Amino acid sequence: MKFSNLMFAILLTAPAHIAGAVDLATVEIKKFAFEPKEITVAPGTKVVWINRDETPHQIRTDDGSFVSKAMDTDDQYEQVFAKEGDFSYVCTLHPFMTGIVHVHK
Amino acid sequence: MNEPMNPQRRKTLGCLAAWSGAAVVWTLAGGVPRALGATSPGGIAATSKHAFTFAQISDTHIGFHKDANPDVVGCLRRAAADLNALAQPPALVVHTGDISHLSKPEEFGQARELLKEIHVDRVHTVPGEHDALDDGLAGYLKQFDHDGKNRAWYSFDQGGVHFIGLSNVLNFKLGTMTSLGAEQLAWLRKDLAGVSRSTPVVVLAHIPMWTVYAQWGWGTADADQALALLKPYGSVTVLNGHIHQVLQKVEGNVALHTAMSLAYPLPTPGQAGIGEPGPVKVPAGELGKLIGTRELTIVRGRHELAMIDTPLDHA
Repeated sequence: MKFSNLMFAILLTAPAHIAGAVDLATVEIKKFAFEPKEITVAPGTKVVWINRDETPHQIRTDDGSFVSKAMDTDDQYEQVFAKEGDFSYVCTLHPFMTGIVHVHK
Repeated sequence: MNEPMNPQRRKTLGCLAAWSGAAVVWTLAGGVPRALGATSPGGIAATSKHAFTFAQISDTHIGFHKDANPDVVGCLRRAAADLNALAQPPALVVHTGDISHLSKPEEFGQARELLKEIHVDRVHTVPGEHDALDDGLAGYLKQFDHDGKNRAWYSFDQGGVHFIGLSNVLNFKLGTMTSLGAEQLAWLRKDLAGVSRSTPVVVLAHIPMWTVYAQWGWGTADADQALALLKPYGSVTVLNGHIHQVLQKVEGNVALHTAMSLAYPLPTPGQAGIGEPGPVKVPAGELGKLIGTRELTIVRGRHELAMIDTPLDHA
C-alpha cells in the first residue's frame, strides 16, 4: 500500500499525459456508453464502474476473464487489474457498448 | 376480407386508458396471420368463429419501478383483464421476452403468477436479454422451461400452426449484435424438416430478426441463416419484442413484426435528441400520443394480404 500510495502521490504531480495511470480509476456508464471508453492504468489498479443509466448494464471481458453482476442504477462493480495487458470488455445486454482497459507499467 | 386500409378495422385500445401497453391479438385467416390490433371487444368482431386466435404480449419488465412506469405489474394485470374480456378468447398467449427486468428469481416468480391471470391454456415465452443476466438463462429456465429440455428454444403445434420459440439474446462477439448460434440453428433446421411447406409457421424471438438499428444492437447477427431456413414456407410470421414499438418488415413470405412493451416506451431507432435506447419518460398525457403511431404493412403473400393493425392510446 505504501508503494502504491507513493505511486499515487508521484502521479498526481506527474505531467498530464500519464495522469491516467493511478491506483484507482473510475468508469462511468452513461447514456449507454463507457466514460472513458478507453483507460490506461498501472498493474494493481482497481477500476470501478458506476452505472448512471436507468437501464441495467453488465460488463464482461472479451475473453471472459471477468464478469460483473448486472448493475442497476448507481450500482458499482470493481475489479483489480493485477497483470499487464489490454482488456476489451462489453456490456452483455448491449454488446454495442464497448470499452478497453490498458494495464501497463 | 382484403381491406387492410379500412380505417374501421383500425381499432384503438379502449380498455387500456393509459399509454402503457397493449396486447396484439392475432388471427389466422387463409394461413396468413393478421393483427386485428385491438383488445377492445369490437376489435375482433369481423373474426370468423372458426378462426384460431392467439395474443402477443412483450417486454413486461417485472421488477422495473422507475419513473417511466412505476407500475408494470398493474399494466400486465390490465392487459390480462383485457385479454380475458375478449369475445373470442385467444387460444394461447405468447410473450416475446424481457419478462423480468433484472433476472431475479422473485421477478420470474411474480411474472409467472401474473401470467396465470390470463385465462388461456398456456403462455409461451422466449427470453429477453433482461432474462439472461448474472447466471445466463438458468433463472429463466427454472420458471419457463417449456419442454423440460433445459434450453430456451422449442417448438409446438397448435391450431394448425407450427410455433417456434427461439433465444437470440446470447452469443455475441465484442461490439456486435447477439445471435442464435450454431447449435440453435442446427436444431431449427432439424425441427423444420418435419414441417410441411404449407403449414403456417410462427417464430417467436425477443430481439428483432432483422437489423432495425445496428448501433443499438437492434438486430440478430445470424438472423439471415434462420430466415433462409424459413424461406421455403408459404406463410411465416416472426414476432419480436425488445424495441418497445411496432415495426414491420416483409421478405417474400416472411413477415416480421415487433410489438409494443407493457412497461415503457423506447425511442424510435436513432431518434434525434435522445441518443440511446433507454426508457423514455413522458408526461402521462403525452405517452399515448408518442407510442400511438399506428402503422400498416400490406403483405402480398401467397394467399391474401396480411395486415398488422396495432392499438393506440386514444384517451
